[in-house]
Amino acid sequence: MSSILVLVEHRQGAIRDVTFEMLTAARKLAAPAGGKVEAVLFGDGCDAMLPGLQSQADRVVYAAGPAFKDFNYESYQKALVKLVAERKPSAVLIANSAFGTDLGPSLAVALNAGLVSDAVAFTKADSGFSVSRGMYAGKLVADWSVGSEPAVIMVRQSNFKPEPASLSGEVVRWEAGDVVSGGKTKFLSLEEVPTTGIDITKATIVVGIGRGIKEAKNMPLVQEFAKEIGAVLAASRPVVDAGWLPKEVQVGSSGKTIKPKLYIALGISGAFQHIAGMKGADTIIAVNKDPKAPIFSVAHYGIVDDLHKVIPVLRTKIKELAS
Amino acid sequence: MEIAVCLKRVPDTAEADVKVDATGKDIVRDKLASTINEADNYALEEALLAKEKHSANVTLVSVGSQPSEEVLRMGMAKGATAAARIDDAGLGGSDSIALAGVLAAWFKGKSFDLIVCGAIASDDGNSQVGPALAELLGLPHAAYVTKLDIQAGKVVVKRELEGGFLDVKELALPCVVTIQTGGNTPRYASIMGIKRAGAKAIEQAASVKPDSRTQLVRVYVPQVVSAAQMFEGTTDEKATKLATLLKEKGAV
Repeated sequence: MSSILVLVEHRQGAIRDVTFEMLTAARKLAAPAGGKVEAVLFGDGCDAMLPGLQSQADRVVYAAGPAFKDFNYESYQKALVKLVAERKPSAVLIANSAFGTDLGPSLAVALNAGLVSDAVAFTKADSGFSVSRGMYAGKLVADWSVGSEPAVIMVRQSNFKPEPASLSGEVVRWEAGDVVSGGKTKFLSLEEVPTTGIDITKATIVVGIGRGIKEAKNMPLVQEFAKEIGAVLAASRPVVDAGWLPKEVQVGSSGKTIKPKLYIALGISGAFQHIAGMKGADTIIAVNKDPKAPIFSVAHYGIVDDLHKVIPVLRTKIKELAS
Repeated sequence: MEIAVCLKRVPDTAEADVKVDATGKDIVRDKLASTINEADNYALEEALLAKEKHSANVTLVSVGSQPSEEVLRMGMAKGATAAARIDDAGLGGSDSIALAGVLAAWFKGKSFDLIVCGAIASDDGNSQVGPALAELLGLPHAAYVTKLDIQAGKVVVKRELEGGFLDVKELALPCVVTIQTGGNTPRYASIMGIKRAGAKAIEQAASVKPDSRTQLVRVYVPQVVSAAQMFEGTTDEKATKLATLLKEKGAV
């Protein structure tokens, strides 16, 4: 194995957690095979990020300049194609994020490289890599083989646990060259979705509802239930997509990350995007009619049943207990 | 203006028990209903909105076997102008970039201003085809778009980032965008639309030879390692135990 390049993902001056998750995974992959881990940082005025990366990688390749002021897949891709040609890595790790998805597939095409996205585990094979990823919203896992190098691996966020390290990787300041000319896309701005009503990140008890709610007419049932136990109502993506609750109460990687004392997941199967946003809750209770639902892998208490049957009975029992 | 939408017919597994078939590389499909990929439905809606606003033509394309024509007919029933099916014979086991290559071969020589795809496939969970297709065609792209504004010679998109942020970008036309769910409200087809679509021809195309750089080894049901304490019994018994727990936790 030669090296593993890990693309540092950062936004608004801060390195995103997934970077350290990838660096941890990369060290575990590289160490037994004698490979080196190289963190690749593209940015403008990001010198302050270097020490945090040096302890995590054998080398930090840093290309600085205004071209990298904001994320743009075109400039990142041009720079990575050049860097891969120079460094000849065995693998390039990119976050399976919104930035990473803009970059990974087109980079793989440009490199004529094999790509596996949403990777949850990977090992070195005799030739290339073996990579596991989810399918059918986590109901299945698929193992893929990437026979050629470099492999481009897009790594699922909040999957690997970041670990501290005490390396002291040298910083190599690298010239990416002209990565701007011929560009057909332009960054305009970063907008924050405003929170206008309830801030679910501040709630002690949160009731999360998912696809299992089925229809808008079933909403009052869970709204009443939430009110009775002093909880705020949150949701997984399908409920927000359907317009039954506002975007600001969406829990998950593209919504909010919450850490309430108590989280009650009703009819939520537990797609990894959702779990990423709620697994830090002190106590997690899940009600789902599918015993194999991934939500039970993070729940502390579980009920396999239809929420539409459980909640009305539960409300009666609660009233009895409270009186 | 010419707009193309890439559609995929997928098994509806949101509430289904998914089983691995005898090959160990696919799922048992015969008991599953099929549907349009969820994100593709939002992509289609985005194209239809653009058609109404900019008097565009909307052409649908799907890679699949004959039953994939269901989603193409449904798309035409909602208002798409034309449709093509690229037969998937010989494409078993192909990876997403190979499929993007199959689509790219169909697109070569045609002239579309905008190609719209769903951001993510609900079956394989991949989000690769749109951006890979763009690269193969030499076009710019944007992934996870929730808002699309077509202007003269360009589009302004809002891309959904993690943590409640939007990445606002401008792309020169022609380009490829992949649409995330939730940005619009997909319409239903009217009875009249369905009748009209039934009579329309669907272009039949053959696939080029796929070029996969990755190979599927096996699929399997993950072991759900659950440390959860499960409440068993009748609904009444389970609700009683849960009510007691909620009281312990201070919610009652």
